[in-house]
Amino acid sequence: MDEHPPLRYLRLKWKVFVRILRVRIGVEPLTTVSLPITRSSPYSPPEEHLRLREEAPISRVTLPSGQEVWAVTRHADIRAVLTDSRFSSDRANPGFPLLHRQRADTKFRPSLVSMDPPKHGPARRAVLGEFTVKRMAALRPRIQQIVDEHLDAMLAGPKPADLVPALSLPVPSLVICEMLGVPYADHDFFQERSAKLLRHTTPRDELRQALDELYDYLDDLIGRKEQEPGDDLLSRQLEKTKNRDELVSLGFLLLIAGHETTANMISLGTVTLLEHPDALAAIRDDPAKTPSAVEELLRYFTIAEFATSRVAVQNIDLAGVLIREGEGVIALGNTANRDPKAFDNPNEFDIERGARHHVAFGFGAHQCLGQNLARLELQIVFDTLLRRVPGLRLAVPSDRLPYKDDANVYGLYELPVTW
Amino acid sequence: MRIVADKDVCVGAGQCVLTDPETFDQSEDDGTVILLAEHPGDEQKAREAVHVCPSQALSIEA
Repeated sequence: MDEHPPLRYLRLKWKVFVRILRVRIGVEPLTTVSLPITRSSPYSPPEEHLRLREEAPISRVTLPSGQEVWAVTRHADIRAVLTDSRFSSDRANPGFPLLHRQRADTKFRPSLVSMDPPKHGPARRAVLGEFTVKRMAALRPRIQQIVDEHLDAMLAGPKPADLVPALSLPVPSLVICEMLGVPYADHDFFQERSAKLLRHTTPRDELRQALDELYDYLDDLIGRKEQEPGDDLLSRQLEKTKNRDELVSLGFLLLIAGHETTANMISLGTVTLLEHPDALAAIRDDPAKTPSAVEELLRYFTIAEFATSRVAVQNIDLAGVLIREGEGVIALGNTANRDPKAFDNPNEFDIERGARHHVAFGFGAHQCLGQNLARLELQIVFDTLLRRVPGLRLAVPSDRLPYKDDANVYGLYELPVTW
Repeated sequence: MRIVADKDVCVGAGQCVLTDPETFDQSEDDGTVILLAEHPGDEQKAREAVHVCPSQALSIEA
């Protein structure tokens, strides 16, 4: 039953009055928009994020940690933030957005992702040569071989199979291990620990332990490479720097960033293509369309949007809004990638749209170092999977799949498929 | 149409090479941009490369 209109008005006035009072006496922050970080559906950013973009595109929000920061939601504004060096990446700055309280005193060692100019540029350039488009293209035959071997094994095994351990995880994991010179035999060790780091429900003690163990592992590995250099990225970096701590941080970053992310995109992409038979048929019949399908998948899921946070180191006017020195900014890339000003019919999955200007890899000086490796891996995996397993289908309904709602990088824990 | 590339600003993401390999390449040493042609053959592709460059190291002079 509808409330009597005057009564409803009075109730609203009372609510506003109480709110102002609570703000005045300090029991409630000025803004109470708390930012949910769990997706309401695998195929959409949280409704609240989309609403913010329409109603208050640059606004104060409260993170699950309790910290108040600015949420930036429009595509153009995010590009502006991420290319402005007055927004710092320094995770040690107390204003830097912290999603979860239990992370507060967990010390990730500084690495490329947390460096600012003038330190960042030379450090990034020292390793960039390893990730050029040409260097990645040269890896194609080896990646193809790895994909084929894993598909052979899956097809020879029982049905249904879980695609995550059969293909999604081992392919990028093997590739990054070979690039870095990390023994793949140790992959259970770092896989287990990196999964803990990415899950935001991991208790603080376990988080710290996982971090320490990974750093110790890499430190030990790099020590061995000092004695006996190999033909790999870490050994080559050793010739450029004698700073062992920096190298451990770099190895840590590349190892963690290099396999979980791509693995999640392989799983999510497979489900999405199976759910969009037209798109699937289009790329199976014409692999020249796969690169643009991969871009669209990257845009559509934007699995690592919480990696693009910053803290203002000066007062900054951002599209007419004053961001003060010391205030944190969280750039919601998933919402920006659904901005109708940047993408027509943004909620539609359209592999032909030309989505290259998405911000799923971030933007600015810190844009993903391994993006062209990820693109190549995804292209090879989808092309090969669709060609070799034409009868591929989900073994459970897609709404029953275990999505990573509790992780900072979105994805799937399991993907049962049959053929 | 003339393309100008600022190597000091470039962060070597490779977006330009991926978009228009006829016009752009990357240094094998540090990944930064190498301009293969100041006047791109395919202007639309070059424009897209400028737009997707994450460091805004590329610009167009009419």
